Amino acid sequence: MSKERIKISEDLYDIMPSDYQDLVKSATYGKEDRGWKDIGNSKELIEQHSLCAGCPESMAFRYILASLPNPEDTVMVGSTGCTSLVFPMVAVHNIHSLFGNQNAIASGLKRALSVRFPGRTKDVVVLAGDGATVDIGLDMTLQAWFRQEKFTTICFDNELYANTGGQESGLMQKGFVAKMAPVGKLFDKVRLPEIARESGCHYVVQCTVSKPSLIEKVVRNAVMISREIGPTYLQLYTPCILEIGKNSMEGLQEMRDSEKPTERFAYKEYVSEPAKQLLAEMAAKDKEKKAAAKQLASQGA
Amino acid sequence: MADTHSVIGTKNKKGQTFTDTWAMMNDAPRTPSFYTGSEVIKEALRRASCDVMIAYPITPQSEAAALIGELFAEGYIGDYFRGESEFAVMSQCAGAAFGGARVFTTTAGPGTMRAMENFPMWSGARLPIQMIVTCRGINSPLSIQPDTLEIAYLLNTGMLVWHAETAQDFFDWILKGYMVSEEPDVHLPLALCCDGFFVTHTKDVVNLTPADMCLPPYDPYRSPVPCMDMECPPVRMMRDPFVMKSNYISYATHASWQQEVWAAVERSRKHTIKWLNGLIETENTDAEILIVASGTAVSQGREAIRLLEDEGIRCGLVKVKVLRPWPGEEIREATKNAKHIIVPEFNVTGWLAKEIKATIPNSERVHAGPRVCGGMTMPPEIIVSEIKTLLGIHTVSMASRG
Repeated sequence: MSKERIKISEDLYDIMPSDYQDLVKSATYGKEDRGWKDIGNSKELIEQHSLCAGCPESMAFRYILASLPNPEDTVMVGSTGCTSLVFPMVAVHNIHSLFGNQNAIASGLKRALSVRFPGRTKDVVVLAGDGATVDIGLDMTLQAWFRQEKFTTICFDNELYANTGGQESGLMQKGFVAKMAPVGKLFDKVRLPEIARESGCHYVVQCTVSKPSLIEKVVRNAVMISREIGPTYLQLYTPCILEIGKNSMEGLQEMRDSEKPTERFAYKEYVSEPAKQLLAEMAAKDKEKKAAAKQLASQGA
Repeated sequence: MADTHSVIGTKNKKGQTFTDTWAMMNDAPRTPSFYTGSEVIKEALRRASCDVMIAYPITPQSEAAALIGELFAEGYIGDYFRGESEFAVMSQCAGAAFGGARVFTTTAGPGTMRAMENFPMWSGARLPIQMIVTCRGINSPLSIQPDTLEIAYLLNTGMLVWHAETAQDFFDWILKGYMVSEEPDVHLPLALCCDGFFVTHTKDVVNLTPADMCLPPYDPYRSPVPCMDMECPPVRMMRDPFVMKSNYISYATHASWQQEVWAAVERSRKHTIKWLNGLIETENTDAEILIVASGTAVSQGREAIRLLEDEGIRCGLVKVKVLRPWPGEEIREATKNAKHIIVPEFNVTGWLAKEIKATIPNSERVHAGPRVCGGMTMPPEIIVSEIKTLLGIHTVSMASRG
């Protein structure tokens, strides 16, 4: 795939917005090894955002969009929340319809794209907050997994309802005092990664977004596995610095503190047997390609 | 991408010929067949070139939804599955329509209510989904019986709302419905309603179009909004998200889009008139007494008119086929001679009578009844009795018949 579909007519080139021109000139559509390292060297698929200064969610958005293996044929599905302030400014088609129905939308969408484009790859990626994924939308989150719908679900876990002003959510830690949890949350953080595994997800990762290289790897794996095998789930800690009383520059440290081996966001991964096989095949192919490139380089030299 | 017009005359994978819809509906030979309403829905879908159908069990639409599953197994539908609830199903339908599919679903009563949040979203997102509503009670205690109250809730969603009287209406309107819904200047969902059981579970002679002809496929690029398939990637969807911005531009954007949705409902009028031969049908509107009804209340009205004729009382009839867009002009014209306008309904609130009262001059002419609900039938005799009472003719009360 290439930039064929985003070409601008020569006669109209000079009147097109500069971010469109940049997209055609230096975006990474069609670049096979695209990833987080392209950030800063190429036009990103996210132009700007209206999140709070220093919000880890904005980092997560940039890493994810830089890491999608096939953005020119990827449709994203969002939900209501802070993410819905960002999505309109992203250069891939994305759907916001209601609060919590993202996995139902994605189920219908993926099936429609499969009917309409047989033999072509069209990836669907859901990206929603923890309220949407675990509370109001839990039914549809799980049912899509039970049905083995072939798309990736990404949850931005900030452990509360951020956009409405910091209310208790199912993924909030027990005991945390928040709006609607006036004496502290009374029950444990919902264990969605474990539930995802039991519900049929073939690849489940829980981590923070402190390391872009890690996000690149897990996003790529999740999308490739969902394309070939079945549902995948990523739960990414994107702390709401505003609601946990941190400053703009403290988001990264908060994530680093929370991902220590004894902490609640210690890296957690589950890979099903068929998914392991696929990842091994992908790794073997990568190795082959690198070896071939090395050989070519040495011949050239 | 399939171009709608270039495929006419070619065959689909089931050997059906993509046929110009006007010719298929109006010129092709028809075969009389004796079917239940549910079977008729299946037969219409066989000819509808439908990409995605999503099903959920709820009486009285379960049979139709399952029969369409059989069509999928035979290869007539692109994809088919059972969703987990009506709210989810209507969102799944939205997802499929966002992705450029021709989408079909069926629901009823509490299911319609559970899914309600989706309907204004469908209209706002300009998704031409077709939803069959086989109306049933929505009250508590639980009822599965016919009752049209749910239609009242659909009237302000921005969907097109049609109310079929018979299985024949159903067959024709399912196919014609897509033609209206998918017009680029309309591009809105259609709620095609009928009275549950009375239409779905009774058998009737229905004239079917040839099974080897089908509608041209849906072309998702003949649309006022982009199809979410990344065939034409966006630079960005919008410069600034309108959600949660408390400023005039945000308000104006939302207001103008709502107005545009309702303008699209209005623009569907001309297409609907063409395909359905008018939004209403009338008989003897020069009579002083007029029955105005929709759905199976029309059939009961016809029977009442026959009974009244036997007694020398002349009564006209208006069958309201389309509720959105509302046929105000037509109803004003049809009722201009009437001294008494009787509106029999299968629901407790009398929403049709209210609509009519808000439409015509001298609305005291409207008699909002008789009304039955909760699954009660409406014997023509109660319409007759109501009319006689209005005319000051003494009648024996229905209750005294024992």
